[in-house]
Amino acid sequence: MKLKVGIYPVIILALVAPLYFYPVLLMKVLCFALFACAFNLLIGFTGLLSFGHAAFFGGAGYIAGFVLRDLGLSFELALFAGTGFAAAIGVVIGFLAIRRQGIYFTMITLALAQMIYFIWLRAPFTGGDDGMQGVPRGTLLGVFDLTNDLLLYYIVLAVFLGSYFLVWRIVHSPFGQVLAAIKGNEARAISLGYSVNKYKILAFVLSSALAGLAGASKTVVMGFATLIDAHWIMSGTVILITLVGGLGTFFGPVVGAIIIVALENKLGALGGFLASATSLEWFRGLEASTSIVMGLLFVLCVLAFRRGVVGEFNHIIQRMRKRRVKEGLIDQKNGTLHSVP
Amino acid sequence: MEIFGISLQFLLIQLLLGLVNGSFYAMLSLGLAIIFGLLNVINFAHGALYMMGAMLAWMGLNYFGLNYWAMLLLAPLVVAAFGILIEKTMLSRLYKLDHLYGLLCTFGIALLLEGVFRSFYGVSGQPYSVPPLLAGGTNVGVMTLPNYRLWVVGASLLVCLATWYVIEKTKLGMYLRAGTENPKMVEAFGVNVPRMITLIYGFGVGLAALAGVLAAPVTQVSPLMGSNLVVVVFAVVVIGGMGSILGSIITGLALGVIEGLTRVFYPELSATVVFIVMAIVLLVRPAGLFGKGH
Repeated sequence: MKLKVGIYPVIILALVAPLYFYPVLLMKVLCFALFACAFNLLIGFTGLLSFGHAAFFGGAGYIAGFVLRDLGLSFELALFAGTGFAAAIGVVIGFLAIRRQGIYFTMITLALAQMIYFIWLRAPFTGGDDGMQGVPRGTLLGVFDLTNDLLLYYIVLAVFLGSYFLVWRIVHSPFGQVLAAIKGNEARAISLGYSVNKYKILAFVLSSALAGLAGASKTVVMGFATLIDAHWIMSGTVILITLVGGLGTFFGPVVGAIIIVALENKLGALGGFLASATSLEWFRGLEASTSIVMGLLFVLCVLAFRRGVVGEFNHIIQRMRKRRVKEGLIDQKNGTLHSVP
Repeated sequence: MEIFGISLQFLLIQLLLGLVNGSFYAMLSLGLAIIFGLLNVINFAHGALYMMGAMLAWMGLNYFGLNYWAMLLLAPLVVAAFGILIEKTMLSRLYKLDHLYGLLCTFGIALLLEGVFRSFYGVSGQPYSVPPLLAGGTNVGVMTLPNYRLWVVGASLLVCLATWYVIEKTKLGMYLRAGTENPKMVEAFGVNVPRMITLIYGFGVGLAALAGVLAAPVTQVSPLMGSNLVVVVFAVVVIGGMGSILGSIITGLALGVIEGLTRVFYPELSATVVFIVMAIVLLVRPAGLFGKGH
């Protein structure tokens, strides 16, 4: 529950951030943060590793674009349609994937998402390899014009905070406790009489719907939807975001999204700096090869930094507390620690 | 001669192409299954190492003048050595953790490898010509089939069956199967299990590289050639279940043929048919065709 106090300054920061940063970049961060929060609901709080979340993110993006551009409907309907679509394919993929456990679950989600990717590749309205271009932002409730970046930023922020709160509520509800039980020891959860599969599928659908909301928002913000968002590299990206931030922490996905989006944006500059520092021309190509940097980050995080930024932070604080308790600086009773939030 | 309005020639050639793809699936899923059996790691880098095998064949020819046959032997060895390095320095630290970390680590390695090759060679394919010995075709009565494709099917079948024989019928294979079942007990009997694990990883990825060299003259050699393949191979593994060696070989070949036939009768589905088969198998027989329960 530590985060409860910490959340207010962060919200204030988010409110004033567009004064200092480009709002579209901030919105991109928010969309990826929401995507990662949705993903974290599965991996961090239910213990299921989905490698197919790009299907929900990218698919909802296309549907939202279709609703806005080809049907000419409003912003909120686009988000609604995208989210609904993601939830619907979430039901199908989830239903198939939970039939197997562990590593097989992961491979099934990956394969089914790839199948959906091929559908987008061939569907008439997605524009194939060129992507779906020129998606208008539309209006909110038919009144507010969303071409104003600042207005859209606050709306996306509201969407994000609402979803973030929803995830918080889910995890701390009795339902969330069952999910934690499944993560901890599935066999025992079954033997206690919980129909584990029902809980898993519900968690999967909730996660896919929120991932869809993130994808739909991203299409509105950027004004286009592409195959990149539906490809399995994107499923890998959201894993990386969550891993860098900290699996199973509430604030991790946000920190991860900031780090990864910033890295992607500054990669060219970084490459130029390294090239001039080491006089190796090869570094100039760094901008084009995000995958090298992503791959390195993956390997580093898995081998040496499994808790992620927020997880590591929590761990250090906890250890300091423990030491103080040991030294008698904190009263044993009041010093009892909550488990990692 | 025509069957369902499709010429026999077209059908036969697609069948052969399907078998060629199927033998790649078989070799790759076989390697994945052996690695998973002993290491409990799903090797996401399998596609990238397959690509590395093909790229090495191309580099050997263009930089060192080493022909196809030399690289057919050399490339798998180099990739196996590289795999052993990966296992020793990275994967061996992850065995005590959840399976997902092995998957994520090898995923990172796959991205890294593809990124590095792409930064040097771009995304366009490099042509690699068929070795002179296998150029041309063989007349089978109704038509001429390209020799090289026949060779690919024959060679990979041979390699797969040899692997099956070693694992199921020899003493070495016995250790291996025992190690899959209960590594602690095997270690207590004086078998060096960590070394066995390292060698098996090297062997598995060497197999992937061999498939890559075989594939080089069939498909164009490009840094991205393994990235979508690995997802299909995962689906193959889910369909077959990783319990049986012979099972993965049969599943791989069968899916290649199914894919080839789909290309004849309903080309729009040829890219997704493997995934559709996977969904059906999951509904009917969740453990996979050759799997043993969960």
